[in-house]
Amino acid sequence: MSKFRILVGCKRVIDYAVKIRVNSGKTAVETAGVKHSMNPFDEIAVEEAVRLREKLKDRVSEIVAVTCGPTKAQETLRTALAMGADRAIHVEIGEKEYADLQPLAVSKLLKAVSEKEKADLVILGKQAIDDDAGQTGQMLAGLLNWPQATFASELQIAEDGTVTVKREVDGGLDVISTKLPTVLTTDLRLNEPRYASLPNIMKAKKKPLAKVTPKDLGVDISPRLTTLEVKEPPKREGGRKVESVDELLDKLKNEAKVL
Amino acid sequence: MLLKNISKVGANNLKAFQYRAISSRFNSTLVLIEHKDNVVSGSTLSAITAATKLGNPVVGLVAGENPSQVIDQVSKIEGISKVIVAKDAAYEKPVAEIYTSLLLGVQKENNFTHLVSGHSAFGKNILPRVAALLDVAPISDITDVESADTFVRPIYAGNAIAKVKSSDSVKVITVRGTAFAAAPQGSNQAEQTNAPAAEIPTLTKWVSEEIVKSDRPELSTASKVISGGRGLKNGDNFKLLYDLADKIGAGVGASRAAVDAGFVDNSLQVGQTGKIVAPELYVAVGISGAIQHLAGMKDSKVIVAINKDPEAPIFQVADYGLVADLFKAVPELTEKI
Repeated sequence: MSKFRILVGCKRVIDYAVKIRVNSGKTAVETAGVKHSMNPFDEIAVEEAVRLREKLKDRVSEIVAVTCGPTKAQETLRTALAMGADRAIHVEIGEKEYADLQPLAVSKLLKAVSEKEKADLVILGKQAIDDDAGQTGQMLAGLLNWPQATFASELQIAEDGTVTVKREVDGGLDVISTKLPTVLTTDLRLNEPRYASLPNIMKAKKKPLAKVTPKDLGVDISPRLTTLEVKEPPKREGGRKVESVDELLDKLKNEAKVL
Repeated sequence: MLLKNISKVGANNLKAFQYRAISSRFNSTLVLIEHKDNVVSGSTLSAITAATKLGNPVVGLVAGENPSQVIDQVSKIEGISKVIVAKDAAYEKPVAEIYTSLLLGVQKENNFTHLVSGHSAFGKNILPRVAALLDVAPISDITDVESADTFVRPIYAGNAIAKVKSSDSVKVITVRGTAFAAAPQGSNQAEQTNAPAAEIPTLTKWVSEEIVKSDRPELSTASKVISGGRGLKNGDNFKLLYDLADKIGAGVGASRAAVDAGFVDNSLQVGQTGKIVAPELYVAVGISGAIQHLAGMKDSKVIVAINKDPEAPIFQVADYGLVADLFKAVPELTEKI
């Protein structure tokens, strides 16, 4: 395998720096009027795809960014295009359906897109920072019957399509070796994503963005999980200050009794 | 409808039919056992406790090249009714494709209603793949069991708590270790059976590992944890924390800032994208307390913050905050403790 096509998945999520609020009906988190951006792990995925092309040149035939979501998710695709993706695919989901869209459905949609686009490497973030599920990459790899390299912190692709991945596991790192086609999920330390420059943002507006629906792809996206309630976590009674190391020690020994 | 079907089958077949109907209704839970160096992982012991809350018999699946010590350990754990054993050199390293094939084979033979593992790198890697191939929606990182189909899990880095109900016939679940006590060793001796032979995919080769060696308690199960952040300024200064940790038998952790700056290895990272800890005592030294970090430690029983910036957000969750220069306060603490 000398040439290969990369598909990168991106999700539009509430910006990581926003302090989220549960809505009054306790059914979900308030999203209206809240700053959104590309899921940080997905930025790393896009960056890795672009770096692979910078390193391997013509061996990367194309970088296709894909997202599943409502119309606003196109902003995320434009960001990916500005970072260096060649074209984008928007799997359109209505606002109402999107509230219940789950990783199982997304992995089926991505499978259909991967097959249609003849992708050889799919790069996704290891988890989205909204639902914190951490499932889509593994599920996609299973459905495609491709190998999976999750929590990647270093990646090499040899001329013959051999993929060597350093993975972040409990206690340290492990190294696995596999072959394209592969699904890769990114960990934080894989790379440092670039900022899109203004000229590149302008150029990205002219890059192709195709729209498809779950129906076009023949995928049933009905949810299997029902969210019964979303609530605030219990509040901590923090905020007490002590004046000295002696006072701290006294409190830990006699009040908290943890020493 | 059911009666009509039964009336169609002959009298001799009726008994077999009823038996099948009963056995398919018989609920039970499989826990995938993670182990290393012949010891069952802490997150697995917590997952077993979560599994017992489902109210069904709990079966352990132990796979490895020669996991006899692990089988012994698991069969004595309270609440384990049976141990399924898969012995093969292919199971020595946790390659997702190989373990998925094994789990699907075991599931086909046993029809478990719940497949459970710890929410560790091991479980996170394997269970969603299994779920996809069973065409069910997995439920990650649960912190409570409401009933056999309803679970509680944190979302948005622990800033919201969701209660979700599954409509799938098989529930595939990973369990947050710090949310459930470790299942204790009992005196029972669960029966053992062998797993059906599974096809072993050769898509992926496990090459090597770099495991950080430490004499200190394992971070995610330590009863005391001392963590350092960017305020430590460099890796050498972490020695201040190691000295304090060794004196009180604590594990050592770090914020993402400290890991990204290269002060310590990333396996020490506490936070949404690192380890989740909930010790009796958590001491945050030179850590500002970003949302990402709080997600990993805010369920600790007592939180202490040592920081020279009185406005640092960590003080809002700290039970005891000391505004001081850590380079003076930490050695003083170590000396006086």
